[in-house]
Amino acid sequence: MILIPILLIAAIVVWAIASYNKLVGTRNQVQNGWRQIDVQLKRRHDLIPNLVNAVKGSMDFERDTLTAVMEARAKAQGATGPADAAQKEGQLTQALGRLIAVAENYPTLKSNDNVKMLQEELSATENKVGFARQFYNDIATNFNTAQQVFPANLFAASFGFKPVELFQITEEADRAVPTVDLSRKPG
Amino acid sequence: MTAFVAFLLVLGLGFDTFFIGVAGGYVPVGTIVALLVGAGSSLASYYHGDRAVLLATGAQRVEDLEASAPEADRLKLRQLANVVDEMAIAAGVPRPAVYVVPDPDPNAFATGRGPGYASIAVTRGLLDSLDREELQGVVAHEMSHVRNLDVRVMTVVAAMVGAVALLSDWASRGMMWGGGPRRRDDDDDREGGSGLAGILFFVLWIVAIVLAPILAQALAMMVSRQREYLADASGAELTRNPMSLAHALEKIEAADAPTRAIGRGAAHLCIADPLGRQMNVKEGFWADLFASHPPMAARIAALQQMAFQRRDL
Repeated sequence: MILIPILLIAAIVVWAIASYNKLVGTRNQVQNGWRQIDVQLKRRHDLIPNLVNAVKGSMDFERDTLTAVMEARAKAQGATGPADAAQKEGQLTQALGRLIAVAENYPTLKSNDNVKMLQEELSATENKVGFARQFYNDIATNFNTAQQVFPANLFAASFGFKPVELFQITEEADRAVPTVDLSRKPG
Repeated sequence: MTAFVAFLLVLGLGFDTFFIGVAGGYVPVGTIVALLVGAGSSLASYYHGDRAVLLATGAQRVEDLEASAPEADRLKLRQLANVVDEMAIAAGVPRPAVYVVPDPDPNAFATGRGPGYASIAVTRGLLDSLDREELQGVVAHEMSHVRNLDVRVMTVVAAMVGAVALLSDWASRGMMWGGGPRRRDDDDDREGGSGLAGILFFVLWIVAIVLAPILAQALAMMVSRQREYLADASGAELTRNPMSLAHALEKIEAADAPTRAIGRGAAHLCIADPLGRQMNVKEGFWADLFASHPPMAARIAALQQMAFQRRDL
């Protein structure tokens, strides 16, 4: 008869261990997801000089756009702290967006295979940054949910698990629709 | 899964109750042997099946193709490689190996027992007919097969189908030779094998032997179809763009010719049935039962619902 309470306690202990391990694993994945965003942002920094050099020859009239991109990149590389970095990376994204849109206006540039390949690389890099952020938000949501559902919420806080913040836009400018001025005709 | 296990146990228990008798005791020898044999043969396909399938279809690594391709082609191949990278990041899995199958019919498949051991292959026809967004939808679907461990699921299912077929074979053979269940008329303390319950169980067992292989195959196809719907939904979760996969499926269905390069063994891994079987095109009771993929129209409708572009259902 005494077997039943013992089995019950054993089952609860096993469940608690499995729950704790799952929370630890998810927390580590969340941290990994956060760092993966940095990996993609660094990759973008390294790729930009190549793109600017490839288009500089044909896009003489767009010197402002090109300089804006290089300046934004330099600022983003020298950012201090995550909030500052988020803001500077957002400005770099906007500058790149303008460059890609303006390049569409140059027929010789559009037919150049090298440039097409570089544009593809740049689009892919922007996509990768976006997907890295999406993955971070997905895994952070999983982690928060795992901590807050019924049996786990009884002990999650006492073992040191805290809900994490999701990635979000801090600058209102990033939410606005980007404006691109294509009125300047190529020479 | 539970229906499978129940089937297996009915066959095995019947075998043991009626032929092994008292000596067998409580150990279900028949079931254990069947499961061991099934497990052994499926382990081989689980660990080495992916390489076998890739060899059979003539797939080439995208890196090798890029090195020797003409300029225009290289952009398409680079897009494919980038799309796979993006989906691997979105899914949080290691990047799978990417292959291209030289077949003009659009199709794609994923193999490998899990993330880290996976390969994704697309046909030439798929690369040529889809744009970047649709390609991303298809790759997301395949990546979801990897992430949801569908190869593992279908291997286990295939092993169970095999075991069920084996057992039913043995049982029907045993019945021909053994001449039916042994009844002990003068044994009072044996419950099973005599009385109404025994006869009922025997009848059930006969029915099970006859129908077992057919029903097992139908159950396997049911599992395969549900996993396809799951991969569609998981792929939409990765891209956050269900319509891209819906458009890709429409284009793939329009092409409709069988994919000759992909054989019967890999059929269940593909995004569209490569054998061009009539079962997957028609709807209706029997087609629904034995088709490995759901009807394309139903898949597209489900995706449109996810994108809030369809009101009914």
